[in-house]
Amino acid sequence: MMAARFLRRSLPALRQTRCYAEAAAAGGPQMSFTFASPTTVFFKEASVKQVDVPTLTGAFGILPAHVPTLQVLRPGVVTIFSDDGSAAKYFVSSGSVTVNADSSVQLLAEEAVPLDQLDIAAARANLEKAQSEMAGVSDEALKAEVQISIDANEAIVKALE
Amino acid sequence: MFARTSALVFAPQCGGQVRNMATLKDITIRLKSIKNIQKITKSMKMVAAAKYARAERQLKPARVYGNGALALYEKAEITAPEDKAAKHVIIGVSSDRGLCGAIHSNVAKAIKAQIAELTGSGKEVMVVNVGDKLRGILHRTHGKHIMLNCKEMGRKPPTFSDASIIATELLNSGYEFDQGSIIFNRFRSVISYRTEKKPLFSNETVANSEGMGIYDDIDADVLRNYQEFALVNILFFGMKESTTSEQSARMTAMDSASKNASEMIDKLTLTFNRTRQAVITKELIEIISGAAAL
Repeated sequence: MMAARFLRRSLPALRQTRCYAEAAAAGGPQMSFTFASPTTVFFKEASVKQVDVPTLTGAFGILPAHVPTLQVLRPGVVTIFSDDGSAAKYFVSSGSVTVNADSSVQLLAEEAVPLDQLDIAAARANLEKAQSEMAGVSDEALKAEVQISIDANEAIVKALE
Repeated sequence: MFARTSALVFAPQCGGQVRNMATLKDITIRLKSIKNIQKITKSMKMVAAAKYARAERQLKPARVYGNGALALYEKAEITAPEDKAAKHVIIGVSSDRGLCGAIHSNVAKAIKAQIAELTGSGKEVMVVNVGDKLRGILHRTHGKHIMLNCKEMGRKPPTFSDASIIATELLNSGYEFDQGSIIFNRFRSVISYRTEKKPLFSNETVANSEGMGIYDDIDADVLRNYQEFALVNILFFGMKESTTSEQSARMTAMDSASKNASEMIDKLTLTFNRTRQAVITKELIEIISGAAAL
């Protein structure tokens, strides 16, 4: 019964051979990948092979039929491997990623830029400034802000090196 | 006091002038004022058209972003438990500026209807007004439900940081809502928009919902961060849709105002010419018949 279902799903062009292993490639769930920031859309319901995301609990890669999950992003690099094998890298500041049961992935970043638009010298300068500021700050809220700046700049420098 | 008061001021019956519906002077004044108003409404329409073009351009990515943010709630089919939800929050998104048709009144009507429905079933409701016009409409009758008011909306296009400021205020206000909704005008086309409601869920509702069971282990911290971010995203989406609807409505309203004004100008010009001819004719007749004119 299962085989018949797979057979029906496979394109009519295929020979009527019973081949369970093929079914996953032919009719399996495609990842519908949406990657956007409030001002720009990078991918809209696109079909990609794999997405690597940096989250608060660590970096992980998402493939089609990944287990559904919700995660919050950390400043870092998102790598998208599209179907033709090319990889696109973006730096994201923060945001969330949702993987749903139907293999759709929504990656919403508060700010995201392609890596080549970042300048490593400026990032290093900002990092040093933030680190020196950290020493002089005592207020909790300000401390958190400076820490955020340090984290983000460190991630940018690491990404560009 | 003045010597003149004792003198008889001859109030002329002036039958000729008074007999007309309005004197030439009145018509001239009216004509000038309506022409000025037409200039203003025309220029407002141009400004609104420019702002609308920009707002629509920014709406495209914002829509993808907003739909992405709402995707989880739709796909996991999260619904609020009917009986438990006792504290409700309504976020009404509008702006400070008027002359845009029924934009503000539509949102206010929807808010009032929802307040009536919820208080009818015994739930507690608080309202967040994004936009001063909403405050103006609601504060007299529903003042005790208003929790937060946001001003300075509508002057510049809304940004993500505006949405995050509002969300931060709402979360810091200490009002632990079980469920919420955001009411805004969704943009459909240049001539049409629709007032819509999108739901907001509390952390408990999401955590306990059935559909969430399939999602891989999510700890409370991650869920809280995710929810806060989603709140800002939904707010941002609502604000973007709202500005686009508002600018298109203002464009339409100012356009019809200019058209009405030009109709009035045409009518008044005709009346003016008729009156002018009538006055000339009357003076001629008086002169010819030798009657004493003033």
